[in-house]
Amino acid sequence: MALASVLSGDSADFSFDSSQSFAFGGGPGPRSLGLEGTPGDSLSFSVKNPLCVGDDDGVERKIEFLHGTTTLAFKFQHGVIVAVDSRATAGSYIASQTVKKVIEINPYLLGTMAGGAADCSFWERLLARQCRIYELRNKERISVAAASKLLANMVYQYKGMGLSMGTMVCGWDKRGPGLYYVDSEGNRVCGDLFAVGSGSMYAYGVMDSGVRHDLTVEEACELGRRAIYQATYRDAYSGGQVNLYHVHSEGWTRISQDDVLVLHHQYKDQAVAFK
Amino acid sequence: MEYLIGIQGPDFVLVAADNVAASSIIQMKHDYDKMFKLSEKILLLCVGEAGDTVQFAEYIQKNVQLYKMRNGYELSPAAAANFTRKNLADYLRSRTPYHVNLLLAGYDDTDGPGLYYMDYLSSLAKAPFAAHGYGAYLTLSILDRYYRPDLSRDEAVDLLKKCAEELNKRFILNLPSFTVRLIDKEGIHDLEKLTLGAK
Repeated sequence: MALASVLSGDSADFSFDSSQSFAFGGGPGPRSLGLEGTPGDSLSFSVKNPLCVGDDDGVERKIEFLHGTTTLAFKFQHGVIVAVDSRATAGSYIASQTVKKVIEINPYLLGTMAGGAADCSFWERLLARQCRIYELRNKERISVAAASKLLANMVYQYKGMGLSMGTMVCGWDKRGPGLYYVDSEGNRVCGDLFAVGSGSMYAYGVMDSGVRHDLTVEEACELGRRAIYQATYRDAYSGGQVNLYHVHSEGWTRISQDDVLVLHHQYKDQAVAFK
Repeated sequence: MEYLIGIQGPDFVLVAADNVAASSIIQMKHDYDKMFKLSEKILLLCVGEAGDTVQFAEYIQKNVQLYKMRNGYELSPAAAANFTRKNLADYLRSRTPYHVNLLLAGYDDTDGPGLYYMDYLSSLAKAPFAAHGYGAYLTLSILDRYYRPDLSRDEAVDLLKKCAEELNKRFILNLPSFTVRLIDKEGIHDLEKLTLGAK
């Protein structure tokens, strides 16, 4: 998880053009920055990003947010399991081991967080607001498909401007369990199983070999937990605790929070006992 | 990575698209549908940059439907193709060009079947057969060799299978299945999904 925006100066790119107001939907993208004349003209706090390969024209300034995380979600007969790690990194520094990467949009919709922390939590909060407005206007809960489409359309307007967000919108609506992957590139895909982040490939391996539609709730939770654990084992940018949620017809429930090191010893003992 | 193909017969158009939705090296979805139904007898097949594909195709889809609502009759495939091309061209030199490659297939009650090839630089060509993607390099020659204007429906499906087998044999990426649809004067028909096993 990248918390680069928290650090000052050396890893972040604060470029602020005070002549343009930050009206909603009209934020200045990187392309409009650095084009306004000489320094000292307008109030422009431009800190050069040393992590960025030198773009001296200041136009294509890409903020290198590593999607350093592992989040996963899968559907099964009793709903959706959502499992995430809790590590936040800024480059190779571990900024936090206790980040909440599951955003509770409303009592029956969850969103996961991968990419830029601010981007994810801001846009998903905005999504929560839009979902509530929908409920008030239409006197019924919003569907997972509609919620994910709202989010995808919102971030599509900022495509290419440096947003970094890879999220899964998980919920239960009248069509049953719903799971959509939405990211800042503009992707929006419906599916039964997704893993997002730098550790996603490791999680896919464990999940694909263990997932079945007819799992019990216990088995499904254990599968999610194990997949995250295996990803944190191999991926340096994932770790901390495994947070597990279960989305069912009544809404979502927080199942467990397990430290990865504790799980490691637990699984090792199990493996020894097996022999 | 993605593959589209269209074959026009004397009274039908056969189209197919692969089913993979990928994000860098991961297949996120194995049964993704890349075809958009513009009207009862027009299909738009759309591949390209993430986000742009769906947003652009849905925009065209809604506008074709709006035309029908306003005027009481549907746009012809040729008109829809030119409308699509114009939109691509208008956005091409803007700050937000759409990076999409398209095939538009339709059946016009007066002019018959039509297949239109469009690319992200907003070129438009009406063609008897066409393909998009890296797979096109491998399959266009097959189409050149075996295509005839008077193909029957079964022969066209066989030609499509030949192309899919070639991809399965020589293309470095695994494209396990293809959605296949056929448009004729009755409308759009879903044919059996084309799945290829191990080589």
